[in-house]
Amino acid sequence: MMELRDITFRYDDDTTRVLDHVELTVENGELVVLAGPTGAGKSTLLAVVAGLVPAFTGGTLTGDVVLDGESVIDRPARERAHTVGYVGQNPPAWFVTDTVEEELAFGMEQLGLPAPTMRRRVEETLDLLGIADLRHRDLRTLSGGQQQRVAIGSVLTAHPRLLVLDEPTSALDPTAAEDVLATLARLVHDLGVSVLVAEHRLERVVPFADRLCLLGADPARPGTLRVGDPGEILQDASIAPPIVELGRLAGWQPLPLTVRDARRLAGPLKARLAAVVPDETVADPAPGQQLRQVRRGPVAETRRLSVAYGRTPAVREVDLTLHAGTVTALMGRNGAGKSTLMWALQGRHRPVGGRVRVAGADPGSLRPEQRRATTGLVPQSPADLLYLETVREECEAADRTAHAEPGTCGGLLDRLAPGVEPDQHPRDLSEGQRLALAVAVVLTARPRLLLLDEPTRGLDYPAKRQLAKILRELAVEPEAERAVLIATHDVEFVAQVADDLVVLAEGEVVSSGPVAHAITESPAFAPQVTKVLGPGWLRVEDVAAALAAPEVVR
Amino acid sequence: MRLPRDLHPVAWWTWAIGLVVGASCTTNPFVLALMLAVASLTVLTCRSDQPWARSFRLYLWLGLTVVLVRVLFRIVLGGDAPGHVLFTLPEIPLPHVVAGISLLGDFTREELLWAVYEGSRLAAILIAIGAANALANPKRLMKSLPPALYEVGTAMTVAISVVPQLADSARRVRAAQQLRGGPTGRFRRTRGVRRILVPILEDSFERSLALAAGMDARGYGRTGELTARQRRSTGALMIVGLLGVCAGVYALLDGTTPRFLALPMLALGTSAALAGFMLAGRRVRRTRYRPDRWRLPEISVALSGVATGAGLWTVQRWDPAVAHPGVTAVPEVSLLAVAAVLVGLLPVWMAPPPMTAQRRGTAAEVVAPRSVGEAVTAR
Repeated sequence: MMELRDITFRYDDDTTRVLDHVELTVENGELVVLAGPTGAGKSTLLAVVAGLVPAFTGGTLTGDVVLDGESVIDRPARERAHTVGYVGQNPPAWFVTDTVEEELAFGMEQLGLPAPTMRRRVEETLDLLGIADLRHRDLRTLSGGQQQRVAIGSVLTAHPRLLVLDEPTSALDPTAAEDVLATLARLVHDLGVSVLVAEHRLERVVPFADRLCLLGADPARPGTLRVGDPGEILQDASIAPPIVELGRLAGWQPLPLTVRDARRLAGPLKARLAAVVPDETVADPAPGQQLRQVRRGPVAETRRLSVAYGRTPAVREVDLTLHAGTVTALMGRNGAGKSTLMWALQGRHRPVGGRVRVAGADPGSLRPEQRRATTGLVPQSPADLLYLETVREECEAADRTAHAEPGTCGGLLDRLAPGVEPDQHPRDLSEGQRLALAVAVVLTARPRLLLLDEPTRGLDYPAKRQLAKILRELAVEPEAERAVLIATHDVEFVAQVADDLVVLAEGEVVSSGPVAHAITESPAFAPQVTKVLGPGWLRVEDVAAALAAPEVVR
Repeated sequence: MRLPRDLHPVAWWTWAIGLVVGASCTTNPFVLALMLAVASLTVLTCRSDQPWARSFRLYLWLGLTVVLVRVLFRIVLGGDAPGHVLFTLPEIPLPHVVAGISLLGDFTREELLWAVYEGSRLAAILIAIGAANALANPKRLMKSLPPALYEVGTAMTVAISVVPQLADSARRVRAAQQLRGGPTGRFRRTRGVRRILVPILEDSFERSLALAAGMDARGYGRTGELTARQRRSTGALMIVGLLGVCAGVYALLDGTTPRFLALPMLALGTSAALAGFMLAGRRVRRTRYRPDRWRLPEISVALSGVATGAGLWTVQRWDPAVAHPGVTAVPEVSLLAVAAVLVGLLPVWMAPPPMTAQRRGTAAEVVAPRSVGEAVTAR
């Protein structure tokens, strides 16, 4: 029903093609997943389908977009609204009205549907997405998952034949993300809507996919698209969920895409692992094993810490100890109090009860520059920290304010993200590079505690692996061991990076301890490898190492 | 039984404008006090629990301030009105050029009353407007604009919602900037402003672009089938109409212009503009979700306001002694004046009960307790 024919797109000031002779057909009732490394042009491709590129971005687009046999490439997005429903990244920025019901009706008002039809469709959509109890709520008071569902609903009411979604789950906690994906699968099943969805975290969406498109798979021609069966494409793709990597490692054919498939195939591998690996290694394979010995007392500590906004408590009586040389992950639903806890450790939020000690002092009583020297916090949107025109200026300013030797920040940045042009504008950096710059700026003051709020947003698997490695290095850096606390929704990332895990719910700690333990306690947060191989196994690397180790010994 | 629902915002505004007209026709303190009571009672019974409904108290304070300021000015700049002296302040002699104005000096009871009467008229006008603000849903008011102005209305609704967003991002950026040191040295201040402003502006720019893209993707601004000729004729009618209205208003206010330019021109201009509006409105293929309709309650609420205005205007016309009582004797009130004001209380019985979170009975647990507390303190 939707066809992209020979689509080529490039920005006017750039010779490289963002999209290079892309051909794609989406059939009726098909769910097609679009994957690719960060910055490969996934969003651009989706916006081409919706008609927003090049209207909102500039650039040159050639080729043809065909909807139901009709070429629509010359039609603006608004004239395609009745066929294509487009949900962009970050739905709160897209909301036009301010209550759920009005938002659902907005698109239909534009299409000029009669009032009774609108009323009926709003009710149907509310039920279909399970948001009927939210109908009069203010959109800004909704949680991330609810907002995402309202955003999907607001385009669904126009009854589009094709739904285009740009990373619908990137900001959601695992459960909310499952909800949204289940909703999409239901739409495909019940309504026969076609869905084209871009996603970074393939592990959740691949089981639902009919076909998988990989953008930028070929390093020589980054704008090309590979389309095919998910199992086939993932055989050798650089971007693959852990379960596929495990399958490749174990040589399973066909590649399992769901945890269920993998479990059925996992019997022999489990037996092999049990045979070659003594039990005590399995008990704690986390990277923290060696680190446990070098722990040097707590850097930060909270005792019965409570923080409230007005009368609403956001954090309740939290006990938390962060050691130098350890990476702790902080998980929990959207709105569980993760950010609040971080800002309380930083000293901006004053506790209403309990106490906080960071490097032996109460951060609330310190002056801002003292706080910066003890705690470095990278907020959810790292761009908030940056305000100068070039990367070099940012680094120089950071050196000056931290009274560090000139070049400190630049050196840090080189380590975190090699190859960043010093003359680039911070806004032009990729997500990962911008994050690295913010981390470098914050680390210039040499804090002993590093806090990161949702650092993995928009990062692909290789970038996340790289970030995990860097964070581990920063934590155990000789002479300057740090305690690192990361708030995240990404289970697989936690498995890669963290020694300890703390799970918050409604501001209270519901489980805490070493990652391997805490994860087996809460199945919702278990990474795929654990789901397949059982408790004790967190990462594909661990499995690979365990399989390789005996041979070395022998 | 009257089902709870929101009354048409235009009905509330008509009612309030009636009250405003009525208030501007009189300085009788009893009539004005009665009107104040009518407005307050109506607001307290008919307002919803939405944020704008809480603004009424603000207008009450504003009214009080107006009266006080008026009295203060009278004390400072009081004329030499004869009467019962309340207290005397040392008079500051002014040069001959500004004769007629004296600073301080005697302050008489008559002056006080005069200031209070005048002040309460202005206060009553303000409070009537405040009542409309508290009762009518501003967003639905935008939605009641004629179809030709739909796009303007939507743009304004969006603009209103930008303000809280801007405040949000300002708070976020300020917090984030604290995480890295500020610039030091002589131009610390100006550079400090820049480091807050640059991220906020970039943020709001990106937001508006995203919003524009989002609205476009959802069909905002679809033109449908519209020929160039239709578009031209609509435009021409609008411009002719606008010119006609301008000329008509000018002629009406300036007595020296020929009379045929006044009312006839105004009528001609208005009808041309209206025709343009209707043409433009017909090509707009947009509909309203849950449109507000004019039903009996709307009509009676609007009429009650009109009646108040008309009644007090009649009083001013035929019974100036009641409308503008002197300050030497106790003001009199007439039956007509009291009745005119009391008609304005009709909405208390006619308007449907407001939609509140409790009446919806749905998950609005965040709003409900607060609004209950608010209502208790307001009463």
